[in-house]
Amino acid sequence: MPSKSSSDSKMIGVVGMGSFGTAVANMLAEKNPVLVYARKEEVVREINETHTTSGRKVHLDILATFDPEELCQRCNIIFFMVPSGAYFEVIRKFAPYLYPYHLIIHGTKGLALNFEEGQTLDNLDKLKREQILTMSEVILQETVAVRVGCLAGPNISTELILGQPAATVIASHYNEVILEGQRLLRSERFQVYGNSDIIGVELSGVLKNIIAIAAGALAGLGLGENAKGLLISRGMVEMVHLSKALGGSVQSVIGLAGVGDLVTTCNSVHSRNFTVGHRLAKGEPLAQILNSMEEVAEGINTIRIVNAFIKTAGLRAPITENLYRVLFEDLQIEEALQFLMKYPFSVDVDFV
Amino acid sequence: MEENYIKHKYDPILPKQAEWPVVKLARERKEFVQRVAERAESRVLDLTGKNPEILKEELETTLYREKLRIKQNPWVVDPDDEYSFWNEVKHALLQINSESKKSKIAKLDAYKEVLHKITSRYSNEIASNFKASHYKFTRRVVTFGFSRLLNAARVKGFRSIFSNQYTLQDKIQITGQTDQIRDLATKGTIVMVPTHFSNLDSILIGWIISVLGMPPFIYGAGLNLFNISIFAYFMNALGAYKVDRRKKNLLYLETLKTYSKEAIQFGCHSLFFPGGTRSRSGMIESKLKLGLLSTALEAQRTNYQNGQSDVSGKIFIVPVTINYHFVLEAPSLISDYLSITGQERYYKENDEFSTSYKISKFLVKFFTKGSDISVSIGKAMDVLGNYVDQDGNSLDKRGRIINTQDYFISEGKVTVDHQREEEYTHMLGKRIVEEFHKINRVFSSHLVAFVAFEMIKAQNSKLDLFDLIRLPEEDIVIPYAEFKKSCQLVLGHIMELKERGKIGVAPHMYRPMDEIISHGLDNVGMYHAKRPLLTNKDGDIITQDMSLLYFYHNRLHGYALEKLF
Repeated sequence: MPSKSSSDSKMIGVVGMGSFGTAVANMLAEKNPVLVYARKEEVVREINETHTTSGRKVHLDILATFDPEELCQRCNIIFFMVPSGAYFEVIRKFAPYLYPYHLIIHGTKGLALNFEEGQTLDNLDKLKREQILTMSEVILQETVAVRVGCLAGPNISTELILGQPAATVIASHYNEVILEGQRLLRSERFQVYGNSDIIGVELSGVLKNIIAIAAGALAGLGLGENAKGLLISRGMVEMVHLSKALGGSVQSVIGLAGVGDLVTTCNSVHSRNFTVGHRLAKGEPLAQILNSMEEVAEGINTIRIVNAFIKTAGLRAPITENLYRVLFEDLQIEEALQFLMKYPFSVDVDFV
Repeated sequence: MEENYIKHKYDPILPKQAEWPVVKLARERKEFVQRVAERAESRVLDLTGKNPEILKEELETTLYREKLRIKQNPWVVDPDDEYSFWNEVKHALLQINSESKKSKIAKLDAYKEVLHKITSRYSNEIASNFKASHYKFTRRVVTFGFSRLLNAARVKGFRSIFSNQYTLQDKIQITGQTDQIRDLATKGTIVMVPTHFSNLDSILIGWIISVLGMPPFIYGAGLNLFNISIFAYFMNALGAYKVDRRKKNLLYLETLKTYSKEAIQFGCHSLFFPGGTRSRSGMIESKLKLGLLSTALEAQRTNYQNGQSDVSGKIFIVPVTINYHFVLEAPSLISDYLSITGQERYYKENDEFSTSYKISKFLVKFFTKGSDISVSIGKAMDVLGNYVDQDGNSLDKRGRIINTQDYFISEGKVTVDHQREEEYTHMLGKRIVEEFHKINRVFSSHLVAFVAFEMIKAQNSKLDLFDLIRLPEEDIVIPYAEFKKSCQLVLGHIMELKERGKIGVAPHMYRPMDEIISHGLDNVGMYHAKRPLLTNKDGDIITQDMSLLYFYHNRLHGYALEKLF
């Protein structure tokens, strides 16, 4: 039987103390005591003793632990803020201690693959929708928790940490999750919108990373604002089509988590995905860029997955396809740009 | 390895009739009906936000629709005082409207009174008239009568009518988790959810429940079945409450749901056909009607709210599939399906069982001619779709014991959240459909119909369904050798699915392919005037009725097997 912890007031859990995880934990700690999980013991000690992690300040009301069981027992609401690459591993570590009364909200803008032993993207000739999982789908598949939501929107960590005004979307099938998220996060400087199309909101956050890489590349090539406007608008059309094909609604892409986040990321030197594109255009090879980055640029993995999916589904997504060739098939960025300029986008908007 | 069908005698789990939940419910019928009416009333009040204007609108809509129904679609079973009752409602509403000076509260009270009258009437209408003596008698009649008919048809000769060579259990085989359902029925409350293809399903299931030694389940039967007194007798005896599909107004639907919920909470094992009506297409139901299903969730949550957290307050969902070679109503079902696809709104609830003669003819045909039927009982689940163990504990995907109550908990307390429960009902619906596909048993007839139709479709890949069905039957010939090859291919995939626990297979499917094919051809829709499949004099496969072939083919829809063609 599940061990019900005592009725003393519950803490809010945060798993993953990367830059975004830390920013969210700090915001949560303004209203409630927070318990964060970190894998490494020295990180836990650092947070508990010096209230910092990787040079970032950590709110005084935040405690850290490296024990998943303790976190699950002491928290009814848990925010998972880990990169998609580590998602399965982390979720599986927590699954034995999660129960149906847990509310889970995640903030990961990436995709995972639901493969059997031995399958990889390289030895697969088809990638079907069932094999692609959004993070909420990973949670539903791997744990017994059902009340799941996601957090997405233009939320650059450095700005959040400075306390600048921003907004986010919490998406869930459950009103309860949205209301809890709003209660915990909303402040004078932070607005929280609700959306019931969780898949659409997750996909918006995921797909915008592709366009962000392209935007970085344009900037790296020294191109101007006209080109950026062109990219953002074409990028949005591509996001709408891809999101629809993967099960999201058009509305969510047009919202804060889609267009809102897209515009922010395409203008921000703080964005990791933007940086990848920027450095690529300056001529750095991909491997070198990835090696020197502290945190994962989700867009790279997303491009691989989406590229495999559109081939299987028989869709065209010119920006994604060309970025794939630049990243993995040694196409020159200038050539890719030429290709996009010649691509017959005859209709401006064909989805509303 | 051929597995054996379960055929043995089960002792009753509750030997004393007085302990049967339905008997207890019948004893308290009056109070129960009263309670349902009151609770339905407060549900409607909640839904209308206790706003007199909105309530008025609902009452007026109900009145309007009821008057229309009385005029346009009257049935024998309708009570005589209907017209006068609704006239009274009309006058009462007019009266309240004319008193413009009344305060808001006084108005609400006046409307409440009208509402109460209506829900009381509906509650009374819905309530079952179960009588234990009738039940016993009916059971005996059904078993005796049917086995006479069966033996008469199968054992040749003059004395055959008294032969006991075949019993009903030879004809109707019960497979699956029979012990689990019996066991859980003594611990908590069962909600059985079967697939629905034929009007006889409810009688069939009723009989199976009694063979398994369980007390009768209550279930909602279409009111049209009560049009005929003999059927009404059977239905009442089996614990049926009445569902009138003509009434789609809020007040009626809420009363109906309340009735179901209260009965489950009372501890009555229940039976829902979650597809709503019979599957018109012959496909396993994939979209369930969630209205009644939601009552199981609500009942479970209410039990938890009342502190009944042990197994006695637990509700178990048991999916059941009924597998036929032959569905007598197939021709009318499939023609309904084809004509209503896309225009369901204009479809009028029809009633092909309109006379006693038609039913008797049906029954005789069914039991003398119809070929074997198997009923698979699925694994029991909690209301969230988690499997349960022998003690009724819910298990998660890894086999860890979890507490169903946790799903209803917010901040440490069981809470009421309709939106959340709506999502849960969706999840449960999906799980039931998944289970249906897993416990569905493939018969030879399903295989041959599926393969034949898919081959014809592949040969005419440019045609859509409607053109395909209008193909001239005399032009269609499938060479036997090719047919056999395709059957082999599809069966191979079915066996693979079976290995992974995604489908069930009847024992006769382990015979050599030629035998399976001939068994299938002999049995598929065997007593229709036009046969869906036959062989011609060269031994090749032909059809006499494409729509029927489509109907039987649909049984294997939903396994992605069509991709093999």
